[in-house]
Amino acid sequence: MTLLGPSGCGKTTFLKIVGGLISASRGTIQINGRDVSEPQPDFGVVFQQANLMPWRSILKNVLFPMEILRRSDAAATLRAKELLSLVGLEGFEQSYPSQLSGGMQQRVALCRALIHKPKLLLMDEPFGALDELTRMEMQDLLLDIRVKTGATVMFVTHSISEAVYISDIVVVFSKRPSVIADYIAVDLPYPRSAEIRYFPEFTELEHRAGRALGITR
Amino acid sequence: MTFRDVRNTIYPVVGITIVLLGWQLYTHLLGINRIVLPSPLDILWASIANWNVLLRESWPTFLESVLGFALAVVIGIPFAVCVANSRVLNLTFYPILIATQSIPKVAVAPIILVWFGLGMQSKLVIAFLVAFFPIVVDTAAGMRATPAGLLELARSLRASSLQVFLKVQFPAALPFIFAGAKVAVTLAVIGAVIGEFIGSTGGLGNLLLTANSQLDSPLAWAALVWLSALGILLFAAVVITEKIVMPWSEVGHH
Repeated sequence: MTLLGPSGCGKTTFLKIVGGLISASRGTIQINGRDVSEPQPDFGVVFQQANLMPWRSILKNVLFPMEILRRSDAAATLRAKELLSLVGLEGFEQSYPSQLSGGMQQRVALCRALIHKPKLLLMDEPFGALDELTRMEMQDLLLDIRVKTGATVMFVTHSISEAVYISDIVVVFSKRPSVIADYIAVDLPYPRSAEIRYFPEFTELEHRAGRALGITR
Repeated sequence: MTFRDVRNTIYPVVGITIVLLGWQLYTHLLGINRIVLPSPLDILWASIANWNVLLRESWPTFLESVLGFALAVVIGIPFAVCVANSRVLNLTFYPILIATQSIPKVAVAPIILVWFGLGMQSKLVIAFLVAFFPIVVDTAAGMRATPAGLLELARSLRASSLQVFLKVQFPAALPFIFAGAKVAVTLAVIGAVIGEFIGSTGGLGNLLLTANSQLDSPLAWAALVWLSALGILLFAAVVITEKIVMPWSEVGHH
């Protein structure tokens, strides 16, 4: 599911409330019948910045959540290595973050968010700081990871094509004061690849999202 | 050795050689009295002739500086951690720290001598006092400079305060702590020498004063050279420790 909306519409705030990182001023959020008023360690979070620790090797960065949750063991290390090879970073386990490019760092952040097998993966404009090509690569990687890990992803973006490309559902937020302007079911087939962006169905969904945002008529 | 290594070694050596050569020629050609300004060779001979005295007197100065510095690290870092993490402690103690810092240490030195005597303790205390401030200020700054994103990540996993401190805040503050330690270690040597100047029975500062009063300028200058060598040695020790503790700061950037 992707939350799509203009900047300042509150989609990041909403994501953080879902993650229990900030509390709602009114109302409550329940996920599978559970109140999420405080941080949920069984969720994974990826921020706009990779937020890697420069003093830890790549492998240790991925293992950080396991250390905090006191589940750091040989199996965790093995899983970390598997995740790193899944995102194409085998061989970089002992490197430091400063030796990696922005896109590679964000892939490490993705592995770190997945290491403890989260039920829900919250992603706050994770590819926003990347260049267009890297961004498209990361979107494909995310689709791949969704299949391989079976994790539910809640994704925040202000890119219409990104929202349509990676999602089953796009929730469109309007400008402030924001309301949910549209709720778009994306019934494009999987596996998706870059060609799908030129399908008429894809363009039609983009138009619909654009109309909901008030950019196109 | 690469070309860069060679260049980085040669240029400083050439610089020092030019200064020493100019100095030697100046004193030699103009016949400057060695009491006024000894030549580099005079200082070298004095250094060689008195090496046992210089070595003996280096020891107390070395101990005073190192122990004063170590004490500043051992007390200063936990103090800074408390001050940085607690609003109450910060408001209670930081103004006092700033106030005491503005007192010139040279002016306090005689009082310290009255309290701790002519022996090593008084110098150690003065070295500690001058080294304490940069360590506290830089450590506290480092603790506060922890990237917000890392703190949020730790919070999303419900990390305990101790985990946040040990795994996030402290490592993030290390570059700051070492920056403070580099300043502090050179200040500690100065502190020890100030103490020795005010009143002492030994040490390089004491030797320098004695040699000066006997108009033995080459020896006084030799003591000065040994003092700066001591300062460089201690500074280098901190730099090497930094490289061992923070191997990630050495790796190339992408």
